[in-house]
Amino acid sequence: MKDLLNRYGLLLTTVFAVLTGFWILVLVVLPNIYLFEHSFKPYLPVAELGGPKDVYSLDNYLTFFRSPIHISVFVWTVVYSALVTVICFLIAYPLAYYLSKVSARALLPTIFLLLFIPLWVSEVLRSFAWFIILALKGPLNASLLGLGIIEDPVRWISGFRGVIIGLVYTYVLFMLFPLYNAIQSLDTNQIEAAEDLGAPWWRTHWRVILPHAKPGIASGSVMVFMLSAGSILVPTLLASTNSRWFTEIIQQWMFESQDWNTGSAYAFLLLILCTVFVSVVMRVFRVKLSDIAK
Amino acid sequence: MSAGVDLDHVCADFGTFRAVDHVAVNIRPGEFFSFLGPSGCGKTTILRMISGFISPSQGVIRIGGKDMKGQRPNQRPTALIFQNLALFPLMPVWENIAFGLEVRGVDRHKRRARAEELLQLVDLPDAADKAIAQLSGGQKQRVAIARALAVEPQVMLLDEPLSALDLKLRQHMRAELRAIQKRTGVTFIYITHDQGEALAMSDRVGVMSQGRLQQVADPREIYNNPANGFVASFVGENNIFTGDIQGTEGDLARFATASGTFTARLGPAVTQGMKARLFLRPEHVRLAPGSGGANSIPVEVTDVAFEGNFISIHARDAGGQVLLAEARNDGATAVPAPGERLHFTFDGQNAVILTGDTAARDADT
Ligand SMILES: Nc1ncnc2c1ncn2[C@@H]1O[C@H](COP(=O)(O)OP(=O)(O)O)[C@@H](O)[C@H]1O
Ligand SMILES: [Mg+2]
Repeated sequence: MKDLLNRYGLLLTTVFAVLTGFWILVLVVLPNIYLFEHSFKPYLPVAELGGPKDVYSLDNYLTFFRSPIHISVFVWTVVYSALVTVICFLIAYPLAYYLSKVSARALLPTIFLLLFIPLWVSEVLRSFAWFIILALKGPLNASLLGLGIIEDPVRWISGFRGVIIGLVYTYVLFMLFPLYNAIQSLDTNQIEAAEDLGAPWWRTHWRVILPHAKPGIASGSVMVFMLSAGSILVPTLLASTNSRWFTEIIQQWMFESQDWNTGSAYAFLLLILCTVFVSVVMRVFRVKLSDIAK
Repeated sequence: MSAGVDLDHVCADFGTFRAVDHVAVNIRPGEFFSFLGPSGCGKTTILRMISGFISPSQGVIRIGGKDMKGQRPNQRPTALIFQNLALFPLMPVWENIAFGLEVRGVDRHKRRARAEELLQLVDLPDAADKAIAQLSGGQKQRVAIARALAVEPQVMLLDEPLSALDLKLRQHMRAELRAIQKRTGVTFIYITHDQGEALAMSDRVGVMSQGRLQQVADPREIYNNPANGFVASFVGENNIFTGDIQGTEGDLARFATASGTFTARLGPAVTQGMKARLFLRPEHVRLAPGSGGANSIPVEVTDVAFEGNFISIHARDAGGQVLLAEARNDGATAVPAPGERLHFTFDGQNAVILTGDTAARDADT
């Protein structure tokens, strides 16, 4: 703070502080408090607001538990978000290992730039791009047909396939960077020591590199999982007829039924249940919260 | 059990830079061999070539007579102890030690038993279940040695393993390492920039400078009969005089310097007309009042430093050259005082004329 004062002077520092405070309070904290309060209130016609029916209850939350369809959509959302997380890990781990321990130092800035460039394009456009790529008569099928790898065009966007591909693409970097950081901090001598003691490459990964990277894996996984479960754009744009994502139900409550109260309740349920799920998984893999924060 | 290592004109290149230049030496089975040289002279590179992390750009490496070309580190009968030890911090001590056995598919029960045995050997019982972070520097050292011994290597490679320890512990570990080597009979190839370490522990020492092997010999030979100016100046202290060879008779020569003309031994392959220097160890210098005749330089004592077991005397001659003498602290030797005018005398057999560059004096870094 003192540093800021010295650098920018009193006026600018105050302006920054006030703007940041305004942003956090008015655009983040207050709306959430508002939604949280309303998630406990019934959805009433304007005339009955403040009337005898306008009391706090858990009804909106119980609506979810009374609806087998919604529960099943939630479960599938969690299952497929977990699958997206695993796929992201399988892609990002070798890449992170390669970038941090194998590739030449001089190449790194270029490689990172290439990885970052797609992030400059908005998520909407990127999702549309995948919609086009994956289309039945799109370039992917055309290439695969042309190369003779497949004989008939594949219906990529069917079931959850399109959504999974889109989410993996969108969030894989959130797995890559924590993994890269974690592996990069491992003393290369340890990898060599394992090999020198006779370990084949897979055992070196299993016993030395993966355990060291665990905090990175954990934080990458939490991010990818939470972002995927809470994603709305990709699941909407790359949806097939039978791929419902839980966020779409929240959206239905809010925008189709105009019932923001139940919608809010569902949104908080998603947050709470996903947090519980993540905590359980972390417990199973013996990761501590403090490891992730490191 | 133990194997010899032949380095047959081995070179290592990094781009256009030659880090190791035609190093040729046969290290015998069961030998304690040290590579000694200043930082950056290519010692680690040699060790990494023997263990298989780098391939030589020229030359052949044989272990137990077998050409190692194309053999990965995990296929070689060597174990490397890294400069920073590279213990696995997430495994307890015994799993570190048993890692090599785990890799070889030894069952858990036997691994544990073997780890305990090795902990006995390195004098660290009861540490099996400790975390690496709980150990002191010297204890980590022992764990690293045990971990390397666990795979029953034929050749043990040690990269300055004692450099991180304090002096007392370092001296203790020297003796310990030497004892472990004798007990196991494994060939030890040891790397250090510390001449004391190399001389005290080794059967033979190879002195290196700028990627080249300067001399291979036993420690006494290295110290008493250095092959060239680099070895003489890198190992031990010296008074060094530049000058010219005036004439030779047998293995002695007359050597003219700014401080006078002296008689001294000719070094190996040194002949008249070569650019050469005279090297004289401080412990071979006597300080006496009055003229000493031949090989005598009048000096004024500038500084007397008490080092405990010996006394180090700095003096300056008429030309301003600083000279160094050492007197044993045995009570019998008179200790001069600063300002005293004395004669600096030595026996021609104890001074040697050598060619080649001298080592930069950064040997302690
Ligand atoms: N991977 C490398 N790339 C380029 N130069 C290197 C590499 N490894 C070592 N060198 C250079 O080779 C020389 C010898 O290094 P090294 O064998 O580590 O010396 P020492 O162990 O004797 O201190 C040094 O000048 C060092 O800078
Ligand atoms: Mg080194």
